Amino acid sequence: MNLETIKSEIEASVSGCRLEIIPNASPSEQHSLLVDAARAVAVARFLRDAAHLRFDFCSNVTGVDWPSKEISEKIKVKKILDGVEQEVEETRKTQSLGYLEAVYHLYSVEKKHGPFVLRLRTEDRENRAHLPSLTPVWRSAEFQEREIFDLFGIHFDGHPDLRRILMWDEFEDHPMRRDYVEPNDYEYEPTAHDEVLQKAKQHQNGVGC
Amino acid sequence: MDEPLKIALRKQGIFTTTLQELYNWGRKNSLWPLNFGLACCAIEMIATTMARYDMARFGAEVFRPSPRQADLMIVAGTVTKKMAPQVIRLYNQMPEPKYVISMGACAISGGPFKQGYNVLKGIDRYIPVDIYIPGCPPRPEALIDALMALQKKIDEQHLTGADRPRHLNLDTPSEFPVPQFGAHDLEPSQNPEIWHPPLVHISLAGKDESGNN
Repeated sequence: MNLETIKSEIEASVSGCRLEIIPNASPSEQHSLLVDAARAVAVARFLRDAAHLRFDFCSNVTGVDWPSKEISEKIKVKKILDGVEQEVEETRKTQSLGYLEAVYHLYSVEKKHGPFVLRLRTEDRENRAHLPSLTPVWRSAEFQEREIFDLFGIHFDGHPDLRRILMWDEFEDHPMRRDYVEPNDYEYEPTAHDEVLQKAKQHQNGVGC
Repeated sequence: MDEPLKIALRKQGIFTTTLQELYNWGRKNSLWPLNFGLACCAIEMIATTMARYDMARFGAEVFRPSPRQADLMIVAGTVTKKMAPQVIRLYNQMPEPKYVISMGACAISGGPFKQGYNVLKGIDRYIPVDIYIPGCPPRPEALIDALMALQKKIDEQHLTGADRPRHLNLDTPSEFPVPQFGAHDLEPSQNPEIWHPPLVHISLAGKDESGNN
């Protein structure tokens, strides 16, 4: 089961599909396949139904938050200094757009192989955090996609019952996002240390309320 | 009547008592707990009622599935913020006199989940707690110890006077407001009428009282 082979097989059978292999440098070498969201359901159906792959079991779905970050790159700019044109190196800082990912771990019970790691990526973290739901393909993804919707805020289009699953319906935040601010209830910290000590001190000084 | 005279009379086959003693004796030996558990502490609570530890010896074996028939709420386990309003609603539905045992680290303070966003940092933020049992989870012996401590507390109550228990004083509340689900947290995040943060000298954290490490 080679990722490169599967990639070319998907490209051959699902037309107009953009795929990218995301390498994993760790000892597990669990490389994953990034699928573009528009063709994700077709790719998922192919992976499930192709006779030699038969990924019939979606064991785990999880989310990843990639917040926007500052990229500084050095570029050479031509400038006129003291009447002479010179090449000067400047650092330019750009803000990369953050995104959210949903990661699906697939196994084949029939063929006894796996895991196959599938990634879907949203366009950004705010208004366009939408992905197609793979629940119509693997029923076991239903609750886990709801959990991602709850904790990361990815909207799964085509999900049969997209509601919060862990937090209450009135809750507005997404606790697993990296920029989540937790409620300030550090009134009583009997053994505070490190970060908690700072928060408790802020609370006692009335700063963090 | 003083105690030596009572004992002397009892030797002659005359039993004397007071209404208060009789009333407290009856109540302390028929504490019926509410039948609910929230996490792993509930497993220890179940073990306490089973044959080996046998909480029935203390008159507290009749776990009632309805709050209307229960006297004692054993908050056994982690109270998540999503579950807290239901726990407080159950407490409000219990008739007076009613007591609360806060069982285990989670029910006392949030325990190992204290820094989490979804766990209530102690049930005593919303309802009054009579007995706290530390432990993660507490052993059945600890729960029996808590039950006996509660029995002692009930036995020492006066039926009249300014220090009479809550259920005999019409001015004290027997129900407490149920928090609402807010956009970021429970609202309010505690009941300021019954819970005040214990004063901790935050500058002394990790040090002894003289300020040394």
